[in-house]
Amino acid sequence: MSRRVRVAAALLLAGAALTGCSSAGAAPSAAPSASATDTVSGTVTVFAAASLTKTFTELGKEFEAAHPGAKVTFSFAGSSDLVSQLTAGAPADVFASADEANMSKAVDAKVIDGDPVDFATNVLAIAVPPGNPAHVKSFADLASPGVKTVVCAPQVPCGAATAKVEKSAGVTLAPVSQESSVTDVLGKVSSGEADAGIVYRTDVKGAGSAVESVPFPEAAKTVNVYPIATVAKAPNADGGAAFVAFVTGPDGRKALTAAGFGAP
Amino acid sequence: MIAGARLGVPRWILVVAAVGALFVLLPLVAMALRVDWAHFVPLITSPSSVDALLLSLRTSLVATAGCLVLGIPMAIVLARVPFAGQRVVRAIVLLPLVLPPVVGGLALLALYGRRGLLGGALDVAFSTPAVVIAQTFVALPFLVLSLEGALRSAGERYEAVAATLGARPSAVLFRVTLPLVLPAVVSGAILSFARALGEFGATLTFAGSLQGVTRTLPLEIYLQRETDPDAAVALSLVLVAVAIAVVAVAHGAGERVQPWRARRRSAISTARTAA
Repeated sequence: MSRRVRVAAALLLAGAALTGCSSAGAAPSAAPSASATDTVSGTVTVFAAASLTKTFTELGKEFEAAHPGAKVTFSFAGSSDLVSQLTAGAPADVFASADEANMSKAVDAKVIDGDPVDFATNVLAIAVPPGNPAHVKSFADLASPGVKTVVCAPQVPCGAATAKVEKSAGVTLAPVSQESSVTDVLGKVSSGEADAGIVYRTDVKGAGSAVESVPFPEAAKTVNVYPIATVAKAPNADGGAAFVAFVTGPDGRKALTAAGFGAP
Repeated sequence: MIAGARLGVPRWILVVAAVGALFVLLPLVAMALRVDWAHFVPLITSPSSVDALLLSLRTSLVATAGCLVLGIPMAIVLARVPFAGQRVVRAIVLLPLVLPPVVGGLALLALYGRRGLLGGALDVAFSTPAVVIAQTFVALPFLVLSLEGALRSAGERYEAVAATLGARPSAVLFRVTLPLVLPAVVSGAILSFARALGEFGATLTFAGSLQGVTRTLPLEIYLQRETDPDAAVALSLVLVAVAIAVVAVAHGAGERVQPWRARRRSAISTARTAA
């Protein structure tokens, strides 16, 4: 009996120790092999905000097609997580943030090489389940008592943006949940648990038919800017610079526009 | 460990065991070293932290009660009633133990959700009961597992005696079986409580996150980490302290088991009184 308790206690402690999920998702860059025609080769490691997952994965494939000697590996996570990983010394060549605040944090921590470049913008959107069961027609409708609205917590970028829109629209929401990430908000809406959620325009577009979007003019006043930069002490600095140029160039613009991002 | 060495445990076992202990202990020590002690008290007594801690304690207590009500009969059936497919049933009961909690949350949503199998008959989304459901779901196997094992090792002799002497099944259950395995019930309940306290993934997926309603301590820690890592570390330490206290109590409950002989005697006398 007491042995069983001891084993269970040990398991419990191990569980507690392992619960803090860490994700050091950085692949070490391969040594650049000299190529006569293309200076871009080897592995380019890109740390990018979670909202860029779809677009950057596509862009990575196009980049590899344009530079046959190069391979792009991504680590997608919340921008603040990525900044902590970079500050802790995770090897990366490029950092793309979902907001200026996190890029500033990275710059202040001296993990960024040169000046960041704004490459995309995003605005908030109201997502509702297909058929719009609660008949949400405007931003102000979200505040009515019968509507279960889910938003991001003010601590994360999408929540900070939501708070700004509330202020500028003069509407105070009473959300049933303040989630830690925009993906969680979208999940609550697409599963039908919530009547409405405030996410980014690109999330609504990326979710396809799982959610519908209700346009609201107040969103235009709060524009989220996405900056990108090469990382200081990058294992593959040339590759990183080439990827930044690719994202900010015409190919990147095309893919970003298709995903619903605005021009900076 | 000393007793083990006397029995001839190889020395290298002790070394590996020590490494294992450090593997568990060192991350927690490292975290404790990161705590901003100067601001520790203000960090853990902010309104959102206190709300989260109280909510966690409250929901975990209710979830533990739920585990006892559902888990004791489940353990008794698994330990005492032979039936076809028992192994399969036991594996299913233990499933929440090995499921990633997010998967558990999705499963709960698929049943209780507005568009779930129950058709939203139970409108619990974004409410405190949803937190309790998620916690009970993940914590139940701990109680069933520890109680079933105790029931098996206690054997059925005293129950048989009591029954021969004319005690009805319910009397046998309450006056012989349960008193015999009481320490296992207590330690199982404490482990369930600890598991409920640490519940994160299923709650996040199934219940949402709102201060004072559904944002339990683990969710608060996860959120604080975004903007205030110091607060997150301080709150983590509170959670670790509660977990250690719980484990210590569970350990104590295990140690307090009466010596086998004394227990047997008292069980026999209970059997007699029951009869």
